[in-house]
Amino acid sequence: MPDVTAEGGHGAVPTGPEVPVEPRRRAVRRDWPLYEVFVRGKRGLNHVHVGSLHAPDDEMAIDAARDLYTRRNEGVSIWVVKAVDITASSPDEKDPLFAPSGDKVYRHPTFYEIPEGVPHM
Amino acid sequence: MSAPTLERPAPDETALQRQFDATIAADHRIEPRDWMPEGYRRTLIRQVAQHAHSEIVGMQPEGDWLLAAPSLRRKSVLLAKVQDEAGHGLYLYSAAETLGADRADLTDKLIEGKQKYSSIFNYPTLTYADVGVIGWLVDGAAICNQVPLCRSSYGPYARAMIRVCKEESFHQRQGYELLMTMMRGTPEQRAMVQDAVDRWWWPSLMMFGPPDDASPNSAQSMAWGIKRHTNDELRQRYVDMSVPQAQALGVTLPDPDLTWDEASGHWRTGPIDWDEFTRVISGSGPMNAVRIARRRAARDDNAWVTEAATAYAEKHGA
Repeated sequence: MPDVTAEGGHGAVPTGPEVPVEPRRRAVRRDWPLYEVFVRGKRGLNHVHVGSLHAPDDEMAIDAARDLYTRRNEGVSIWVVKAVDITASSPDEKDPLFAPSGDKVYRHPTFYEIPEGVPHM
Repeated sequence: MSAPTLERPAPDETALQRQFDATIAADHRIEPRDWMPEGYRRTLIRQVAQHAHSEIVGMQPEGDWLLAAPSLRRKSVLLAKVQDEAGHGLYLYSAAETLGADRADLTDKLIEGKQKYSSIFNYPTLTYADVGVIGWLVDGAAICNQVPLCRSSYGPYARAMIRVCKEESFHQRQGYELLMTMMRGTPEQRAMVQDAVDRWWWPSLMMFGPPDDASPNSAQSMAWGIKRHTNDELRQRYVDMSVPQAQALGVTLPDPDLTWDEASGHWRTGPIDWDEFTRVISGSGPMNAVRIARRRAARDDNAWVTEAATAYAEKHGA
């Protein structure tokens, strides 16, 4: 029996090395671009990243995002952005990019000691 | 003072491995652009892709009853459920792509039989009662599997699972309600429900995979936090939940050895026929060929729509 895991969600699927995972390189791919999808859950909240999808153009990306990510009124507004247009910081959390804010504890209110008797502070 | 720069020498592999291990040990999440061991990435792609395939192929057994639903209400519910399965598949393909997989390529691998889907969908839906039993038992088992995956160590997979689990509850409840309605009906309708339970009970127990002593790779997946409970633990949890539901419904589970074990506080089942499981997962189930042929037709027969949309987008300069 191949090694099988229950973690196929809807049930057991084989997980051994006989199951290939690497994508084949093709000469020409006419695949639709990948869009990242952001949904505003309700008025007053920020748009939040919910996932991605493929679509031929911006308009169909919005339609597909509605069908895929708001089947139960999960949103009042959708943004779609082509994934290639997103610039991201380096993934490392210890990145020097964030270092400048690391030693500036005086930016937090708890840095300052105020006597207990002073109201509304 | 020089500005922070994004160009740094690549840290060596052992330091990266240490950082990965520390993230897992702290029960924090691994995110797409983090360094991860090759085995972790490959195992996850396999798992997430085949989970996605299961959702997509899972549309078929119930989809067979869409045009034969007994009322508009039942048809609307079933349509919503089948739509959800498509959605679940797409959330998961989206997660697989964050690991470097290619969605169209994963579909090709499914159609070529290189990647699999859950063995449960290789059984036919013979009557409308099967729709109810799939919701109750099959989706019930899926919930048991999927709830712990909401804490998977891989962020995008865990987030997809949270979304899926929210929707899965509707699936199980609509199935159970359908069965309750039939059980209040004619003797023939009650017999249909019992017949469907007789056919689906054992395959649903097999959904959790082979017993723990026959699952050699489980330990690694547990250590990586992409598997949270063993096959047997999940199966036991499922049996304990299902038996009282069967009693409330008024059906008999087809297992003469099913007994309540007072000492442990668990229901104990008779032996599972793992030979049947092996036959079905390796392609000899009643519906394997049909499921794949349909998926292939969906890809090939609809290719012109994809091409037309691409041509339109190009013409309008998207």
